Amino acid sequence: MLDNLSLFFQYPSLAADVIVNGLLIGAIFALAAYGMALVWGVLNIVNVVQGELVVLGGYVTFLAVQAGLPPLLGFPLSAAVMFCVGWFIYRAIIFRVVDKDIFISILATFGLSILFQQLANAVFGSDVRTVDAGLGSLHLFDGTVTLSYVKLLAFLLALGAGLTLWLFLRHARLGQAIRATAQNPRAARILGIDTNRVYAMTYALNGALCGAAGSLAVMAWTIHPYIGLPYTVRSFMVVVVAGVGNVAGVVAAGLGLGALENVAGFVFGVEFQIAFVFGLMVVILVWRNAMAARKRSYLE
Amino acid sequence: MNRLFALRLNDWQIAAVLAFLGLAGPFLLPGLATQIAFLWLMVVFALTWDMLGGRMGYNSFGNIVFFGIGCYAAAVVQRDAGVGYFEGLGLGLLVGACLAVLAAVVFGAAMLGIRGHYFAIGTLGLGIAAGEIAAGWDYVGAGSGMALPLYPGELGQREIFFCYSLFALAAICFLLFRWIYSTRFGLALNAIRDDHDKADAMGLRTTPIKIFAWALSALFLGISGGLAANMIGFIDPRDVAFAGATFGVWMVLMAILGGKGTLWGPVLGAFVFHVTQELFWTYLLGWQRVALGLLIVVIVVFFPQGIMGWLAERRARALS
Repeated sequence: MLDNLSLFFQYPSLAADVIVNGLLIGAIFALAAYGMALVWGVLNIVNVVQGELVVLGGYVTFLAVQAGLPPLLGFPLSAAVMFCVGWFIYRAIIFRVVDKDIFISILATFGLSILFQQLANAVFGSDVRTVDAGLGSLHLFDGTVTLSYVKLLAFLLALGAGLTLWLFLRHARLGQAIRATAQNPRAARILGIDTNRVYAMTYALNGALCGAAGSLAVMAWTIHPYIGLPYTVRSFMVVVVAGVGNVAGVVAAGLGLGALENVAGFVFGVEFQIAFVFGLMVVILVWRNAMAARKRSYLE
Repeated sequence: MNRLFALRLNDWQIAAVLAFLGLAGPFLLPGLATQIAFLWLMVVFALTWDMLGGRMGYNSFGNIVFFGIGCYAAAVVQRDAGVGYFEGLGLGLLVGACLAVLAAVVFGAAMLGIRGHYFAIGTLGLGIAAGEIAAGWDYVGAGSGMALPLYPGELGQREIFFCYSLFALAAICFLLFRWIYSTRFGLALNAIRDDHDKADAMGLRTTPIKIFAWALSALFLGISGGLAANMIGFIDPRDVAFAGATFGVWMVLMAILGGKGTLWGPVLGAFVFHVTQELFWTYLLGWQRVALGLLIVVIVVFFPQGIMGWLAERRARALS
């Protein structure tokens, strides 16, 4: 472990390689986290099934490629399919828990998460899947820093999708309705907004974001049925750090998390990377709570 | 029909039936001894979860950590202590219980200040992080898990031994918790659940109370972990010891199914859930985990008040 750490500081190009690759992956986390922030802010639900939606999106691209479609077409396709899945999940389950105790919605989405995880395992098998986008790699600094074009593309597409949604929320009529509902659902209803439809659209948009993230994840990285929960926890962490209504913060925290996680995976070993993700979340929550307690004691 | 729901079973009658099942069950139904042992394990799971989730309002998804610590502590002690089976088991349970309580105090001091859904997700992370660390740690067998020593007695004796051990544990747990809920401490737990800030303002020392409650849950979970590990004979870091997606969720589900915050709810929930789960395993081979996921969603969405809550509603309607 210490060997890896000293290696990391001795060879700056190696460090750059690890960090830049982490940042690129981080864009995918930011995309999923953006969706979680949206659902959290509008529906007041912590969507534990988030990661499974990402994984399902990845499987959509995987199946599309198996069927002979070009991998990059998988990106819009995953987003479209997961939009519908999100809509369906809202209509079937989420609308029943949306105004209930927040623990009920956590447990319900956790149940959905287990359901989808096991369903993916039963249907697609537990193998690790990936899709070769066939784009090659970019070598910098005599080949010490390797950037695959697909990761770069994933980075740009993730940011592009995030930006599109942000513009949509700013300027489109429905986007404004979504923001109004987030601010005050009762007032929004009085002013003639069909909040139930807004909730459904929000959840469906979240599904589309997850689907897009999953499609990028399967091209730039790998997926398997049990990788969903780490994506949920990453999204949760990013939203907790950045705040619910802070798009720039979500992007920055997502990229930072990607870099940090890649460095941790390098230093501690890849087998501890998931443990690092979950441990980091616990540390962030404890730290956040300690900061809040300090603030309270100032007030006294 | 109305009288049926107005009828209130005496606690002692239920206790007598359960005691009969616990004491005579393994002899009358030796083929089911393992299932009955698992049933008592589930009762311990539900009761210990309910102390925080039902009585204190802290919904933890990470109680499985203490179970896993118990599993691993027993396995390591029995591997390294170099004493006979039962001495090793006793020592392992003791070490497991102490470590679990210690972990509860440490985690509790850090995490019990976190409220609401942050606590729920935080503890979920705790459970999974523990499993991942165990799966990467060579001293405890890393991803391939640990095998426990063989039970020295005759074939079939092992199930009966652990069946009685777990029954005793579940019974002690139930009686102790029943007494605790009748004391001032039990009222303090409910006060924390109902309004944490007011409980603080009334002068309750909430932090020590919360830590003590979690440590008490951890004590029973740690012991049950050591017993369960020996009964199963093998621990896998993610599928047995820190099985967040099975045992970890079942704890929550059983307490909710029975009716959280009630005396008999967790026990009842454990019975109903365990039987359902065994049926799934028998008749839905290959799809049982999918069915369980569906069951969680259905129970939580359509039946959040639990069996006891439903009975109370029916009784109130029958009486009015």
